[in-house]
Amino acid sequence: MEHYNMNLTLKVWRQPNKNSEGRFETFDVKDISSEMSFLEMFDVLNERLISEGNDPIAFDHDCREGICGACSMHINGRPHGPWHATTTCQLHMRAFKDGDTIVVEPWRANGFPVIKDLVTDRTSFDRIIQAGGYISVNTGNAVDGNALPIEKDKADASFAAAACIGCGACVAACKNASASLFVSAKVAHLALLPQGEPERKNRVLSMIAQMDNEGFGSCTFTGACEAVCPKEISVTNISRMHKDYLWAGLSTEK
Amino acid sequence: MGLTGLFLITFLVIHVGLNACIFYDLPIFDPNDNGAMFNKASHFMGSTMVMRLLEIVLFAGFILHIIQGWSLELQNRQKRKQGYQVNLGNRGSKWYSRSMGILGTLIFLFLVLHISDFWIPSRITHNLPQAQYHGVEMHDMFIKMYNSFQNPVVVVLYLLGVLALAYHLFHGFHSAFRTMGVHNRKYLAMLKSLGYGFTIVVCVLFALMPIAMFLNWVSPL
Repeated sequence: MEHYNMNLTLKVWRQPNKNSEGRFETFDVKDISSEMSFLEMFDVLNERLISEGNDPIAFDHDCREGICGACSMHINGRPHGPWHATTTCQLHMRAFKDGDTIVVEPWRANGFPVIKDLVTDRTSFDRIIQAGGYISVNTGNAVDGNALPIEKDKADASFAAAACIGCGACVAACKNASASLFVSAKVAHLALLPQGEPERKNRVLSMIAQMDNEGFGSCTFTGACEAVCPKEISVTNISRMHKDYLWAGLSTEK
Repeated sequence: MGLTGLFLITFLVIHVGLNACIFYDLPIFDPNDNGAMFNKASHFMGSTMVMRLLEIVLFAGFILHIIQGWSLELQNRQKRKQGYQVNLGNRGSKWYSRSMGILGTLIFLFLVLHISDFWIPSRITHNLPQAQYHGVEMHDMFIKMYNSFQNPVVVVLYLLGVLALAYHLFHGFHSAFRTMGVHNRKYLAMLKSLGYGFTIVVCVLFALMPIAMFLNWVSPL
């Protein structure tokens, strides 16, 4: 792939803290290598800002290999930027051309308030998991993997749902700021396995109740969440969650 | 939302099927029908007790669907206090799947026009021309329809109403099944195709009704 350098104009959301007003700030960045990652480009800009005595742009990052879900930038109107099934940290500057203007915003949702610049508070996802995204029944000692038969289709569907990294791109893309794709993935990856079965009903009821409490919207199946999900979580999980929710609502003991 | 939507979809089947009786006047069927089949079918719907009771259930379904739709739209709009400078738009979803609230409101406005045009005169005020078949007197809804659709403004308004319905159904049909929990990929693919087919057939038939009458393809003469 041809290597090239580029000069870019960045329009970045700056907001000193949770309670203050934010605004867009424009930066010219020069000699950016097409082989840099998007976050490395921000590192270069931040080093310059620090050397100039200015406040660097705050953004979330951790693993920088697409598995932690920390990076969360809304780039040119798309969560995680223009590449399909790619997190912000895995996005590379070859996705852009010399002279491009890039607009970078934080996730926008009542459930994800901005803490600073591009960093949002996503602890609402933690609280949804705490509401039921686990197995608390005694599953005994570790046994031979083959001792517990699981049909291949279910194991595959569970694994595909478990790929969710909880980045929140689904919420960011949804016109309703719904967290249904995230919650349904967390419900599905446990519900499809035998160990998750005993708590299946209470889990789906509790997690959906917590999702509503956190201020996320309802799913209207536009499909935007699936289109931007870096882990290609299927919207089918939401339908499965609805089925579980209906059944649990009708048949649970509580 | 999904349940009331599916209920209203079943109503559309009955409504379009009954109204399609006007096409029996086409030269390929019986050009001397002059709306007799349609009038008899309308009379059956208006004079049978079971149908009148179902009509109440239908109105309840409409009201529930409208209230659910508006409250859902209002709640969802409040979930993002600050919007984006650059929106995802059509890169993530179809415009009509994001516009169900607006499309539904347009259909509601069309419904007000449609009910005041036909349902109120036939069920409440009874100020309609009369027809008689085999000694039974009934409203001549065919002439009423024909007279209404001689006005090009009314024809255009009806076509716009049908267009809003078409886009509402393009998303609403398969979305209703997803909401109800259908997650089998094969069935979902089938339901999506079925939804597109259903929408096209129903809406083309509805659109052809004012057009056919305006262009005198079917007429009381």
